[in-house]
Amino acid sequence: MSADGQRSLTRSTAAALAAAIVAGDVTALEVTNAHLARIDEVDPAVHAFLYIDHEGARAQAAAIDAKIAAGEPVGPLAGVPVALKDIFTQVGIPTTAGSRILEGWRPPYDSGVVDRLREAGCVILGKTNMDEFAMGSSTEHSGYGPTHNPWDLERIPGGSGGGSAAAVAAYEAPLAVGTDTGGSIRQPGAVTGTVGVKPTYGGVSRYGLIALASSLDQAGPVARTVMDAALLHAAIGGHDARDSTSIAQPVPDVVGAAHKADVRGLKIGLVRQLMGEGYQAGVSQRFDEAVEILRELGAEVVEVSCPNFEYALAAYYLILPSEASSNLARFDGMRFGLRAGDDGDANVEQVMSATRAAGFGDEVKRRIMLGTYALSSGYYDAYYGQAQKVRTLVANDFAAAFDQVDVLLSPTTPTTAFKFGEKLADPVAMYLNDIATIPVNLAGNCAMSLPIGLAPEDGLPVGLQIMAPAMADDRMYNVGSALEAALVNRWGHHLIEEAPAL
Amino acid sequence: MTTTDTTLTFDDAIAAYDPLLGFEVHVELSTNSKMFCGCPTEFGAAPNTQVCPTCVGLPGSMPVVNRTAVESTIKIGLALNCEIASWCRFARKNYFYPDMPKDYQISQYDEPLCSDGYLDVDVVDADGNHQNVRVEIERVHMEEDTGKLLHTGGDTGRIHGADYSLVDYNRAGVPLIEIVTKPVPGTGALAPEVGRAYVQALREVVKSLGVSDVRMEQGSLRCDANISLMPKGSPVWGTRTETKNVNSFRSVERALRSEIIRQSNVLSSGGTVVQETRHFQETTGDTTSGRVKSDAEDYRYFPEPDLIPIAPEKQWVDELRAGLPEAPGLRIARLQQEWDLSDFDMQSVVNAGALELVVATIEAGADHSAARKWWLGELTRIANSQGTSLAELAITPAQVARLAELVDSGTLNDKLARKVIEGVLAGEGEPDAVIESRGLAVVSDDGPLLAAIDEAVAANPDVVGRITGGKPQAAGVIVGAVMKATRGQADAGRVRELLFEKLGVTPE
Repeated sequence: MSADGQRSLTRSTAAALAAAIVAGDVTALEVTNAHLARIDEVDPAVHAFLYIDHEGARAQAAAIDAKIAAGEPVGPLAGVPVALKDIFTQVGIPTTAGSRILEGWRPPYDSGVVDRLREAGCVILGKTNMDEFAMGSSTEHSGYGPTHNPWDLERIPGGSGGGSAAAVAAYEAPLAVGTDTGGSIRQPGAVTGTVGVKPTYGGVSRYGLIALASSLDQAGPVARTVMDAALLHAAIGGHDARDSTSIAQPVPDVVGAAHKADVRGLKIGLVRQLMGEGYQAGVSQRFDEAVEILRELGAEVVEVSCPNFEYALAAYYLILPSEASSNLARFDGMRFGLRAGDDGDANVEQVMSATRAAGFGDEVKRRIMLGTYALSSGYYDAYYGQAQKVRTLVANDFAAAFDQVDVLLSPTTPTTAFKFGEKLADPVAMYLNDIATIPVNLAGNCAMSLPIGLAPEDGLPVGLQIMAPAMADDRMYNVGSALEAALVNRWGHHLIEEAPAL
Repeated sequence: MTTTDTTLTFDDAIAAYDPLLGFEVHVELSTNSKMFCGCPTEFGAAPNTQVCPTCVGLPGSMPVVNRTAVESTIKIGLALNCEIASWCRFARKNYFYPDMPKDYQISQYDEPLCSDGYLDVDVVDADGNHQNVRVEIERVHMEEDTGKLLHTGGDTGRIHGADYSLVDYNRAGVPLIEIVTKPVPGTGALAPEVGRAYVQALREVVKSLGVSDVRMEQGSLRCDANISLMPKGSPVWGTRTETKNVNSFRSVERALRSEIIRQSNVLSSGGTVVQETRHFQETTGDTTSGRVKSDAEDYRYFPEPDLIPIAPEKQWVDELRAGLPEAPGLRIARLQQEWDLSDFDMQSVVNAGALELVVATIEAGADHSAARKWWLGELTRIANSQGTSLAELAITPAQVARLAELVDSGTLNDKLARKVIEGVLAGEGEPDAVIESRGLAVVSDDGPLLAAIDEAVAANPDVVGRITGGKPQAAGVIVGAVMKATRGQADAGRVRELLFEKLGVTPE
């Protein structure tokens, strides 16, 4: 295939690729090879991937082609490549969660998300980089080096799912799966000019997702268009009996909603607490313009107040470390992954301790210590207990707001992509990246980030967040799709096409 | 710790101190699958063959609650007169240990499924009087068992000092129920007996529900016995110890007795009892010091976020309540009345492990005295001589009932019946088949009996003289000779009748 032909395959949407493959215009293997070639070309600079499964991906693609040739039924995303955040188990494929402590571990079982990807016919290209155990907003906390933002290689791609967002933004994959505990899909989406969705908690199986904070973690789609995100969301969503917190209801009709793209008569709320002060001027400017477009499209826009959002970040940084301190206990060098200090004289506690000292990075250690402290007897009520109360208040704020409006909007992040090292020395500054995304994780409802333009001052992408009630995931696809269409109409192309060539 | 000469005896100790008891009993449920995954729970499989990502705690794995385990727990709670929570959660108990794959145990903390119940136990005091002791139940909760560690090398048999340790995760995740009592005061000298009777009664209750094997020797019922002493009349509780490795009812009693003596000697010599785990030593009957349990141990419990709350519907609980079997204590009392037995005789049936066998034998048609006679007599003798239990003998209640029927109808006498039992146990088939093949039936045809009587009469003229001379009781000699001649297969009563008829004597 010519270089131009390959380029057009990697520039295609997932929807277009799926249609072309099933129609026989192109084979799944050609599509996979085009993306593998792109990865080989640009990933040395981007470092979106921790593991590239050349052979496995080609085998999956060839199997899809064989099925199509034999006239057998195939899934809705048959032959479409997808990049998988390195936090999901996949049989035989190295899975590290971005941590040295899991280096070389090959899981013996597939996660629920991988099961669904296989059913949909997706071709899994490899595993994407992330902050260690999904703790971070920049991928600088990866145990394997950071991912670079395709818009500016000197800048962060967001985190924790920076690898997934960068892979999609750099045309290394049309789709990627991420996980979002406090914004780890949406914030990378915002700073890389891609679409990222955190579905309703319980909407996508967490089985085989290496847990950071069980009550907050949620897997979701990363794509370059709202429709592609909807297609992936529909493919990976739905009930899984192996995850007790999975919702036993069908996935809302997100694809139908993305087709609908009609906001006439819809009531949209702007969250007063997630705007204005603390937000970069260009971010606020693009946000205001997007709101104006939605108004022009026929939506009614009002301002709503969610006063308890002010405490969300503090509550989040008690609940998350508490759960993480327990979830990460099993990384003790006894059964899998790294084992350090086993010199024949050391006792079991010493080996556990040496393993954790050597295998975990600073941010992970910081949060384990925070969480261990917050759960300690005598402090539990003041910290973990109090944080759970705030969580209820945040959920109540959402409930009250959704009594008045259909969806809520805010900028996804306070700023555009920052430079490497800029916030590394100041954990709280890093945590503030997620100020607008965290409330949704605490309440368990859903949210999407989509690109709405470049900030004039730095020419970097700005994301807008659409928040909807639990199990009303379709609403954000409807609104997102309508806004995206208007913006593409205005610009004549998708924003991602303005990204510099790599 | 202070070392003391044992100067106080048990009686001295009880005269000076009031014991306060408490029990934590763990029961492994006999569900087909584990508490949070689908792995089988069979005892004794090859190490690490009954495991999956969830029960070895692989990254990304998740628990799913076993509904049967919840049901079994509710049944235990109901049988112990507990309140059943309408909503409760699992909690994580965090601590690092290699037998705990996730380095936390999924358990229940401040929201147990069952709470505030009681179990009445019956103990006999020194004067032989029955006393009912109500043991109040604090809680019944669910958790998962740990794996099993095997430490090799070193002198202690513990993890520290071992050359290496092996771990078998087959047991990890097996459903475990913990039954915790409230403190049991006021048992005085009966404390050891109360301990034994409580665990025994608890085992009967759980067994009657069919939710566990409750075999102490296999570890499917494990008892931790807590005890503290306080000076008589003191309102302040003493420091308690928790004794583990108590693997039989008798050990519960012995361990408590030994701890009462030990603690009283520590206290009387001015020492303080250390709050610690102690291990019962079967060979010496003593407890030895284990891990010091300080209050500083912090398990950092918090609600398990991977599981949704358990909210048993009232209708379900009501159905389970309605389906409960008769409480073992009440059932024994009812049977004792029905069978018209003394306390001693009823206790003999229970202690012999014969209760269910006797009941089944009665259900198969025997009357209760015959059923008891065979199980507690000949069969118990055989079981004891073989070092096995009644239940393990190769004879069924239906076969014993048939035996009783054959004796009743005169086909067998007791001596022949014992031979039939021998045949059944030897695998020769049903009682009727054994009678047939061994030719064991009582000789009921008068012909051979009369011939044997004639012979015996001829051989014993002096005895015949005494019988005809007004001493019919002398007939025993003739009857015995006839029995001997017929190799025991004659009906002695019929022989006597025929003899008197022949001699023209009418006995009293």
